[in-house]
Parts: sequence; C-alpha cells; structure tokens
Amino acid sequence: MSAITGRTPGNPAELAAALERTGYLADDGLAIAGYLALRLGRPLFLEGDAGVGKTAFAQALATVTGARFVRLQCYEGLDASQALYDWDFPRQILHLRTIEATAVAAGEQVNAEAVEASLYDRRFLVARPLLQALESSPCVLLVDEIDRADDEFEAFLLEVLSESAISIPELGRIAAETPPVAVLTSNRTREVHDALKRRCLYHWVEHPTFDREVAILRARLPEVSERLAADVAGATLRMRELDLLKPPGVAEALDWASALDALGAKTLDPDLAAVTLGAVLKYREDSERVRSLGIAELLGA
Amino acid sequence: MSRDVTDVLLGFARTLRHAGVDASPERMQAMLAAVDGLGVADPAGVYWGGRLTLCADPDDIATYDAAFTAYFQGGPAPVPRSAGAPQRVVTLFGGDVADGGDSDATREVEHAAASDAEVLRRRDVTALSAVERAELRRLLALLAPSPSPRFSRRQRPAARGAVDPQRTVSRMLRHAGEPTRLARRARRRKPRRLVLLVDVSGSMAPYADALLRFAHAAVRRRPMTTEVFTIGTRMTRITRALRMRDPDAALAASGRVIPDWSGGTRLGEAVKAFLDRWGQRGTARGAVVVVFSDGWERGDSALLGEQMRRLARLAHRVVWVNPHQGKAGYAPLAGGMAAALPHLDDFVAGHSFGALEDLVGVIARA
Repeated sequence: MSAITGRTPGNPAELAAALERTGYLADDGLAIAGYLALRLGRPLFLEGDAGVGKTAFAQALATVTGARFVRLQCYEGLDASQALYDWDFPRQILHLRTIEATAVAAGEQVNAEAVEASLYDRRFLVARPLLQALESSPCVLLVDEIDRADDEFEAFLLEVLSESAISIPELGRIAAETPPVAVLTSNRTREVHDALKRRCLYHWVEHPTFDREVAILRARLPEVSERLAADVAGATLRMRELDLLKPPGVAEALDWASALDALGAKTLDPDLAAVTLGAVLKYREDSERVRSLGIAELLGA
Repeated sequence: MSRDVTDVLLGFARTLRHAGVDASPERMQAMLAAVDGLGVADPAGVYWGGRLTLCADPDDIATYDAAFTAYFQGGPAPVPRSAGAPQRVVTLFGGDVADGGDSDATREVEHAAASDAEVLRRRDVTALSAVERAELRRLLALLAPSPSPRFSRRQRPAARGAVDPQRTVSRMLRHAGEPTRLARRARRRKPRRLVLLVDVSGSMAPYADALLRFAHAAVRRRPMTTEVFTIGTRMTRITRALRMRDPDAALAASGRVIPDWSGGTRLGEAVKAFLDRWGQRGTARGAVVVVFSDGWERGDSALLGEQMRRLARLAHRVVWVNPHQGKAGYAPLAGGMAAALPHLDDFVAGHSFGALEDLVGVIARA
C-alpha cells in the first residue's frame, strides 16, 4: 500500500542516499521515519527545536519522490475556507450577469436550473492547500506548525487525512488518486491532541552531530571553505551546550556560515565572529552571555 | 511475520505500557506494520519501527530506550514512570470526616451556623477544623477562575462591524446578483490562556491541597486553555491529571506524577525549566501566569529574578500568590520573593478561601 508509486526508494538507506543527492542529510531515524511514511502511507509527525530541518525534510522528500510539494502554513484562526476550498464569488456574479445580459439581448428566457448548475462549476472553486494536495497526486503535503492552529482544526485535518477525500456540497466528493504523503510539524507551543498523534508516525528531530553538520554546511553552501564549515559547526555545537534561551539550529548555522562567507572569511576568527553573532544568536542575553564567556574560547582556540 | 515474532513484539509493547508509555492497541498494530516493513532481521528496524509508532512525546523516548534495552538486551528493567515516586495522595487535611462516628465532628456540625461561612472565608486554611476543611473543599470546587477573553484573529458574523465581502457577495448571488443588505463581521473573542505554577516544596506543603484544588477548578472551567505545572526542585506538568472530573481522583493522579513533593525549593531553576520547555515556545505567550509560592528560594535568587523578568516579557500578566502576604507584618524580604517582586503585575495573598476568591477576581480582570 505504498503511498507513492513510481520513484519510491526500496529501503531506508536508499531514501537517505536519495535525500543526500538533493542536499538534505538525514540521520538514520529520520530516514527510517520517511521510508515508513512512504511505505505505510501514514502521516509523519515531526517535532523538534526550531531550525533543525523539519520543513526542509518535507521539501526534500517531495523532490526525491518526484511528487508535487504543497505546504499549508498553520496560524491561529485558520479555517476551512483558507485550508480547503473557497468559491470565487466575484467571478460567479460576473458569470451570472453575463448570462443575464446575453439572454436579454437575444430576447430569450433564462433557464434558472442550468444557470445555477453553471454557477457551481469546478472553475469557480478556488483550491486551497488541502484540496490542491488531494487533486494533484502524487503529492507531499506539509502541514507546518500545526500547534499554531486552533484545536478544532486538528479534528478537521484528521478527517481529511484519514479519508484522503473531501465532500463539497455543491460539487460532490473529490478523492485523491493516491493519498498524499503528509508531513506534520510542531514546535510544541501547545500539546497536539492524542487522536491526531495516534494516527501518525512520531519522530523527534535532534540537532545534528558535528560531522553531519559540517556535511550539511558543505552540501548546502558549496562556496564556504571546509575549514570555515568545520569552525562554524564546532562553535554552534558548543553554543548548544551553553544552555542559551534559543540554542542555534541548523538554519542559524547556515545563516552564520553564509554571512561569514559574504564577508570573505576563510576561517572563523574571533573578530569576525563577534560582528556576525547576530546571524546565529537571536537574543541579547544570549549574545552577551557568549561575549562574556569569550568568543575565542567558543571557537575552541 | 511469524507468530513468535509477533508475540515477542507485543510483549515488548506491553512492557512499554507498564513503563508508562501510552502504547494503545492501535499503536501496537502500527508497530507490527512498521517492523514488518523494515524487516525483523535488522535490530535497527525493530528499534525504529517501535519508536516511531509507540512514542508520542519527547519524554517517551528515554523510557522507550530503557525498555528496549531491558527487553531485548536483558538490561535492568525500566522503572515504571508513574511509580517513580511512592504513590502519595495530598492528605494535608488528615483523615476524612465522612465516618459519622466522630463525636467531635458531629458536635461541630450541629454548631455550624450561617455566620461560619464568613469565618471560613477569612481564616487561614491551615487553621481549619476537619469539618471546615470539608466545607472548604466543597467551596473550592465551586470556584471558576477564568481570565477575561482576548480578541482572536478569527471573524464571526455580527450585527455591526466591518463589511464582510464574502458573505455580502454570496447573499447577492442568491438574489440574482442584486445588491441586498450588507453582511458585517466582527472579531471573535477567545479565552486567554491561564498558566498556574504551583510551588509544592516543603514550606508550601500546608497550602498545597487548597491550591491544587483551586488549580483543578481552573482546569475544569477551561480544560483546553489552562495549564498547570508544579515547581519545587523540578518542574512537572500536571494538567493532564487535573482534567479528571472528580477533584479527589484528580489530586491523587497528580500526586502520582509529582516527583518532588515537599522537597526543597529551587524556584529559579524550576521556572527556567518551565520557560525553556513550555513557556517560551508559546504556553506563556500572551497568557495570564499565576505563581503560587512563598518565594522561599534555596538556590540562587538572582537566577529567579532573571527568569521572572523573562516570564514578564512573555506573559500578558504575571500574578504572584503568596500565602504569607495575608499575614499581618509580613514583608516580602525573603531572597527569592524580593528578586521576583519587580517583575510582577499583581502580588496577592492566597491563605484563605476569601483570598482565593479574590484571586478569581484578579485573574478575571487581568
């Protein structure tokens, strides 16, 4: 019951290799999670600190499987008309007026039933991310930061995901040819309901190890020198151990490395590190803490 | 998959359930499918197949690892999470007064008059008789603390407000495109999140029962927007336990999950743990945060001050409830209390039922 036919990798190692070719370096756990999500057709629920690469994973998974990538960014107040579909009312009115005007000009009687049927045509339906995901298969659907949406939205999402179909009263049922591979991410700002978690594969995404982080920096930023990549990875790793308010993730390490590279750095020296600290630390307290501990120390000098 | 393998895996899932991970039959079935998909021969396949399907929380992962080692590699058996601390029920108020044979209690009941309610309101909860305690429990269960609502991003149809183009146009559509009455919308109101941090250290032990009952009343009032944590030497989330309907069952359940009953106090570290794991991610953002503590800090009070400043920046309003505040001649001079004081919006007493009733008002106005 593979969710995606065609280019589905045969085992987790193949998936990891394929992901690596797209520039995403997944560790064993994530590769196995991704493989099982494809193979069992279950949604994958990813949690982890901000900036560990949860969103990027879904994008890489879409590239690897050759599926379309659809993203639904959750926010408070998200409802069906923004997540699923909406009718394009202004166009419907224009359509109605055109029919009327034509009928009057030709001196004909308007067939009310036919007019109404033509009003609720597929072309007046605006597909929002969930409907897009159902209509275009194969597809990887990323439901980003589900914890930001209201909890009623979870129940609604659960229904769409388990059925892989929706019913539109005026049009009928729209079902996906192959169910989309769903990746849900959460930053744990609130606890997601158990009913949703139960139907998902759950994976906690860790910060990468030193070697993996160097490899990620090198893969994503080929222009950065190997020495600089190793310096940045080492310094970021030490920062994560400092018990900061916001420990830097991979995303921040990438920002930092490209900032340093833009300044022409080949290695990470304390002066350059001090002026670019804003790329990696996002709280004044954290920057002060690192400065007071000594930037040179952080660089392992 | 062969029968033996299935049995071994199900046995493992049961071990895990015993250790406190919620491995429901549905999850067990998912595990079998996952392990089958990965191949049983591969130990990593068994490990990850189980972990991805049986765990649902970062806290589950350490338990899972321990159970996995114990079950498949014969390591030490994992300690059941719920049995981490001896099962303790909050029994601040001593034995139950329900057994009618107690002559003292019966006599007191006879003497109970309407004016007693007023006395009960003002008296410190630690100085109550058995009958008064039972009455207090009943009264506490009737409280309904809830913050004032805030405006949500969501809109709802309303009689007055901004024009709602979508509904106006769909109304026009029903009238063959003729403009009709304008539909209007206004912003919806949503309950603001309420976060309670209850100090369960030794110095607060006499008040713990009443405060946890207050917390239970708050959770019962708004189960989805109220969060309760206990602080002491550690930080523990007890919201789930308090969602039970019956106050006594809820208190017993929370007693089982709190590992640091009547222990020391490291408020700074516990508040930091709360902010790191929950608060900053969103639980404290825009919330009304109520800290129940006497501010007796054995750790570094500078750390507490720093963390309270951080909390004040995240929260909508920070209320500190100190039972001693209600006593004559009390001044907030204890190290921790003095450090926290500059970052508070409200500083109230919480020693009697009346004080807790007033707190409901403070929360509602916040």
